[in-house]
Amino acid sequence: MSVYQSEDPLLQVHNVTRYYGDRIGCSDVSFDLWPGEVLAIVGESGSGKTTLLNCLSTRLAPTAGAIEYRMRDGAMRNLYQLSEAERRLLMRTDWGFVHQNAADGLRMNVSAGANVGERLMAVGDRHYGKIREKADDWLGRVEIASDRIDDDPRSFSGGMRQRLQIARNLVTHPRLVFMDEPTGGLDVSVQARLLDLLRRLVADLGLSVIIVTHDLAVARLLSHRIMVMRHGNVIEAGLTDQVLDDPREPYTQLLVSSILQV
Amino acid sequence: MPVRLYLNNVGKSFTMHLQGGMVIPVVSNVEFSVASGECVVLGGPSGAGKSSILKMIYGNYRCDEGQILVTAGDEIINVATAEPRQMLSLRDRTIGYVSQFLRTIPRVSAEDVVAEPLIAQGTSETEGLETARSLLARLNVPERLWKLPPATFSGGEQQRVNIARGFIAHYPVLLLDEPTASLDAANRAVVIRLVEEKKAQGVAMVGILHDQDVRDEIANRIIDVTSFAADAAA
Amino acid sequence: MTVMDQALETGTHDGAYNFAYLDEQTKRMIRRAILKGIAIPGYQVPFASREMPMPYGWGTGGVQVTASILGQDDCLKMIDQGSDDTTNAVSLRGFFEKTAGVKTTTETGEATIIQTRHRIPEQDLREDQILVFQVPIPEPLRFLEPRETETRKMHALEDYGLMHVKLYEDIAKNGHIATTYAYPVKVNGRYVMDPSPTPKFDNPKIDQMAALQLYGAGREKRIYAIPPYTEVKSLDFEDYPFEVQTFDKPCGLCGAENVYLDEVILDDKGGRMFVCSDSDYCEDRRAKGHVGPMAADPAASQIGGSPKGAGE
Repeated sequence: MSVYQSEDPLLQVHNVTRYYGDRIGCSDVSFDLWPGEVLAIVGESGSGKTTLLNCLSTRLAPTAGAIEYRMRDGAMRNLYQLSEAERRLLMRTDWGFVHQNAADGLRMNVSAGANVGERLMAVGDRHYGKIREKADDWLGRVEIASDRIDDDPRSFSGGMRQRLQIARNLVTHPRLVFMDEPTGGLDVSVQARLLDLLRRLVADLGLSVIIVTHDLAVARLLSHRIMVMRHGNVIEAGLTDQVLDDPREPYTQLLVSSILQV
Repeated sequence: MPVRLYLNNVGKSFTMHLQGGMVIPVVSNVEFSVASGECVVLGGPSGAGKSSILKMIYGNYRCDEGQILVTAGDEIINVATAEPRQMLSLRDRTIGYVSQFLRTIPRVSAEDVVAEPLIAQGTSETEGLETARSLLARLNVPERLWKLPPATFSGGEQQRVNIARGFIAHYPVLLLDEPTASLDAANRAVVIRLVEEKKAQGVAMVGILHDQDVRDEIANRIIDVTSFAADAAA
Repeated sequence: MTVMDQALETGTHDGAYNFAYLDEQTKRMIRRAILKGIAIPGYQVPFASREMPMPYGWGTGGVQVTASILGQDDCLKMIDQGSDDTTNAVSLRGFFEKTAGVKTTTETGEATIIQTRHRIPEQDLREDQILVFQVPIPEPLRFLEPRETETRKMHALEDYGLMHVKLYEDIAKNGHIATTYAYPVKVNGRYVMDPSPTPKFDNPKIDQMAALQLYGAGREKRIYAIPPYTEVKSLDFEDYPFEVQTFDKPCGLCGAENVYLDEVILDDKGGRMFVCSDSDYCEDRRAKGHVGPMAADPAASQIGGSPKGAGE
């Protein structure tokens, strides 16, 4: 993994705060993310981790703070000063977003092949044969058999849908992928396969990932770094194994001690 | 020989918030250095803090006090204050950790598990796998297992896979966390030879070894950790 | 002299209505929408569609557009599926005869305004003609993206990948682009537009047409336009280029080739024939002496009407 090789951060988050009326969604969050780095945001439901993820991915405008992203040309741009068109292009080329519920990230009424090909067509690919070839290649990479390429995701199992969603996101070779509980709601054995697949793809493609999860085992397996959130604040952050093996904050200790041992 | 690793006034305690904020002191004023080509063994009864010291050097535990200085190329990095990405870099390039327990990853074969750290350091996949196979052979892991994921291996086989993974790459500093525990005599001898080879390459090693024979064979110095016992009143 | 003055003075229509039914303020509002539509070819201009004395789906959008551009001297032709004498065409023609008292015709060449549902006449239109389309669902992205807020944004950002997703699905499931009507087009290199439920056979006619094309969707409250001589390209893939339907037989009545044909069932024994969908075109050809392979069939006299000039 080449986490440290680049000197320039890919994403810089400065004091991001989001209020819902008087209620705090997330408060004063700052961090840098480097190319190839996987950052896990953990915490219970309502801790603000999904709010933060949505602010970072421009799906929810923060009340205060700034988020800068290094564009493919190397220039650092404030995400909320990009035009809508620029932001859309970013979201469908250089970024990915993997939803917990695959139906939120897929078009359930079009075929698996079209789901994967959509981003390609959106950026101007107009050769059916080549689009299909790429879709087929990506289905293979996420371990979906070629003969399912013309089937709707409605006929897929939960694990397959999630893998399809991943393929759909990665087809344009994004540099940053946001994931919101990507293994949530899946059977344990299905989870294990998905995690292993994600781990390999992330390493092979050198992806930067921000993953929201309440599952510390997922964080341990996938992430380099971890941020623990509670009541909208980041209460502890650091190397994943350090935070999990030597938690400092009372809440983190509670989280870690709450894991069931098998 | 140049010093590779220097612990200066290192202290560590755990605060157990779930037990009413109870503070458990572990070690304090730890001070020693390890030179290139040297193997320093930490001695003392269990609970004395040997493992915690090793984990602090690897950045797995936080270092509360003092400095842990590691020579990485032209730089000297203080593990106690290193940024996470500096620490990850150190783990890829500079500090290796051999433990007896393998954290298995589903669906990855034994030879891939072993080769991974070497490939991460830039060796080609072919060469990495070749080296991995020769190490597995030296550690008497049956060839029929090489292509299988180690999750289903016996405890001893998993341990040897993990030792191979720990020794394969070129780390200037290597931490040995009871690598020979529960190994048979033949495999203990292999580990001793591996350590000797690392010494000859100038690797600085810190180890925890309960096995008296192995300790006598490979230790250049033994540091009694009880001398760093933290004052419970502090 | 304004249209209103004309209307008041001539009084040739039923005096209970303003000329062409709509009040003058409404017509102005609709004309502004039309002008905006012409200025931004293919862009769907919202307008305050009125209740019309006919149900939605009967062409209330087209009727409002026609009413707004109609003048005393115009000659109006109404087509429904290519035919002048089906219920929809007859009703709407009657509507304007009653409320505007303008001259009507079935002859394409004679008309100055042609309101149509689902077809474009086979005969080339001229610069002094206007073609008004009745549009049920103006939004080409609607079946793929149900949110209006989102489709508007997609148009604004020229974000049309989804259109190709639909075509991709067609090829994946049918081996070719199976969309045969309402085939999406890109107008003037900018807006993707639904050419209303005309068969894709007519798409090439939309491109560089000499006549002004106006599209009205009453229920959806949208007007859009294609000015004369505008580039209109049917969407496709490099390896699956746009193609129109071809018919392997000529029209059974007039022998015309390269026209859009309707299938007509002749009896309950499987007898059928293919005839021009554009009834005026067919009649005109027959009047000029063209004879199709089935013109002599007794059934032909029942379905084809009589050639022009033959008298009744």
